[in-house]
Amino acid sequence: MIDFEPTPEQKEAIKIAHEFAKEQFRPVSHYYDEHEHESPQELIDKTWEKRYEGTLALGLDVTAALRIEELCWGDAGLFLCIPGPGLGGAAIFASGTKEQLSRFLGRFNEGGPKWGAMAMTEPGCGSDTSAITATAVRDNNEWVLNGEKIFVTYGKRALEDSDGLVVVWATVDKSAGRAGMKSFVLPAKTPGARVEKLEKKLGIRASDTATIILDNCRIPFDNILGSPEVKKVDKSETKGFKGAMATFDATRPIIAAQAIGVGRAALDFVKETLENEGIKIRYGVPRQKLTALERDVMEMEANYKAAKLLTLRALWMMSQLQPNSLESSMAKAKAGLAVTKITQKAVEIMGPLGYSRKHLLEKWMRDGKINDIFEGTGQINMLVTARRVLNYSRDQLK
Amino acid sequence: MISFSPTEEQQMIASMVKQFASDEMRKIYRECDENGEIPDSVIDTAWKMGLISSNIPEDYGGFGGEHSAITGSLIAEELAWGDLSMTMHILCPALFSYPVLEMGTETQRKKYLPLVCDEKYKAATAALIEPHFGFDPYSLLTIARPDGNEYVLNGEKCYVPLAADADFLLVYAAENGNSQGFIIEKGTKGLEIGEREKNMGIKALATYELSLKSCRVPKENRLGGPKGCDFNRIINCSRVALSAMAVGVAKAAFEYSRDYAKERVAFGEPIASRQAIAFMLAEMAIEIDATRLMTWEAAWKLDRKEEATKEASLVKAYADDMAIMVTDRAVQILGGHGYVREHPVELWLRNGRGFVTFDGMAMV
Repeated sequence: MIDFEPTPEQKEAIKIAHEFAKEQFRPVSHYYDEHEHESPQELIDKTWEKRYEGTLALGLDVTAALRIEELCWGDAGLFLCIPGPGLGGAAIFASGTKEQLSRFLGRFNEGGPKWGAMAMTEPGCGSDTSAITATAVRDNNEWVLNGEKIFVTYGKRALEDSDGLVVVWATVDKSAGRAGMKSFVLPAKTPGARVEKLEKKLGIRASDTATIILDNCRIPFDNILGSPEVKKVDKSETKGFKGAMATFDATRPIIAAQAIGVGRAALDFVKETLENEGIKIRYGVPRQKLTALERDVMEMEANYKAAKLLTLRALWMMSQLQPNSLESSMAKAKAGLAVTKITQKAVEIMGPLGYSRKHLLEKWMRDGKINDIFEGTGQINMLVTARRVLNYSRDQLK
Repeated sequence: MISFSPTEEQQMIASMVKQFASDEMRKIYRECDENGEIPDSVIDTAWKMGLISSNIPEDYGGFGGEHSAITGSLIAEELAWGDLSMTMHILCPALFSYPVLEMGTETQRKKYLPLVCDEKYKAATAALIEPHFGFDPYSLLTIARPDGNEYVLNGEKCYVPLAADADFLLVYAAENGNSQGFIIEKGTKGLEIGEREKNMGIKALATYELSLKSCRVPKENRLGGPKGCDFNRIINCSRVALSAMAVGVAKAAFEYSRDYAKERVAFGEPIASRQAIAFMLAEMAIEIDATRLMTWEAAWKLDRKEEATKEASLVKAYADDMAIMVTDRAVQILGGHGYVREHPVELWLRNGRGFVTFDGMAMV
């Protein structure tokens, strides 16, 4: 049955997440934006303590998306500081064995705060993940990793600040192309792996974005996710690459949920400000009678709704065990674009209030933009969407 | 619980309608658009599916199914994928009967609902739009003035589907500034049906202008009696129906241009292999899906009898824009071939352009 009513548990989750965002994130939002690379230690400890309370137990389902929207309504950068298995965990979950799941994910249930990161992007490759040059060479019972990974979200926290882990993508056979691409679990503080620098960014400044150098870094052989074998039969459709892409099917709608949260923050700000000025948005009035302002706000709201419903559908399909690659990409492409449009329009509409750093609106515009970039740019998601609707392979549509 | 899956029954109805759209409507829709006529046989076949009568309680001669805006949206999308003119013709009696079903007095229901449960299609319609710039359903220029045991109606209407054939018309008019519905029977003195209109699109659908010149109707013909009707809900039901139809038309245009782009070779490969074309198609697909989901959400609110003005008007405006964006791109993707009437995309562009104008011309 088609239904848009969250369950009582989901409503409670939304409420708790919203209150948390409002009380814990918003008051320090400005501070951590202005003090890049300073760690919000108190928040980290608090979120770690509360990880079983449901507020922050972030899965990859509809409930998670509803929570994440609220948390990112509070602050998208601080949201990205919340400890947990994160994208690394998602990758392990998607393609790890039972033994690997317990060996690697167990740590997120004990001790102090920990993070799980994913290291894919390199200086020479972003969206074209098949062009990865980092290498993994087998040496008896170990893999030796070499290479440079950039734009690793949570990179420093996962590798150096905690006993977390980083899932690293590397090739075991460059000549095999995508088939040679594998993912490896790199535990924190492994010798040979170090954080070289932290990026200074347009937005989400509370989130650490690290460059990781792998210099003859040795990890156990059974830290590889999926099969170590390279199948050269069909170069274009291979399991290693598919593993990465399957992870994206799950994580892209989650990024979309983050986008939606930032978008709604901007939308709420605009609507509250207008309301305080005595301006009411008149829904249902014929188009030719609407003011330009009303049209803008309604378009922002519609875009927010469109992105949200596409996102929830993608996650709902996953929970129904339906393939959702197309729908995930649709959601991510739409949400990235929607948050960009909504926040930029909001800054425009609010004029001096929008542009000033006294308020958070300009920050949300800077924060929101990342959602159109990481976990696959808007263009890559359009490309995936296009391939799916055309039923084209990557060779047919480049 | 949040879910995007229609019930089994809804899936069954939707696939039956889709079959009809594909087997019957798609065979003749181009011809109908050129001739401005729809064969009775297609309308009769459609009528036998009981798309309207199945929602009417057994007491009034229907099949007693639950009247649902979500089911209505699913049907409207599939039909409109087949052809918009025929869809509006087939569902035209709903313009009259759904408001009567939801808001009519018991006497009105007893008198009028059996008419749409007949085995044979009988036209009944509604008149909302007025022929002037700045038309606003909430401030109509057609006036209903009480006079003793009667109402006297004066004004002009346009885009009234099947007005010449309809035995009963639901005419919306302002009564003390509020829009209310009045049931007018064919042949009532002062009701003058004008010439059939010539429109840019929906050319197979017969629409008319009509004028009301001191047209007198008994007081009991006011929709809902002394209580009146919830006009806002009627408009919202119309917004949802039109949004669903916009999705159907857009989907037809999308599918056609997608298939064309995969066949048409330029510079040695199908044009769909070029990102300029492929990205257009991707965006079309995304916006079609987004509009469908927003339509469902607004329909869901209507089914729960909740205030749905915000959702319905947001999705309607979004659907209006989406329909023109998608159908225009379909023409663009076919290039010169899209402009000639040999291909149907120009028809969908003409029909798609209309949604912004079609207030009150469809109902769920």
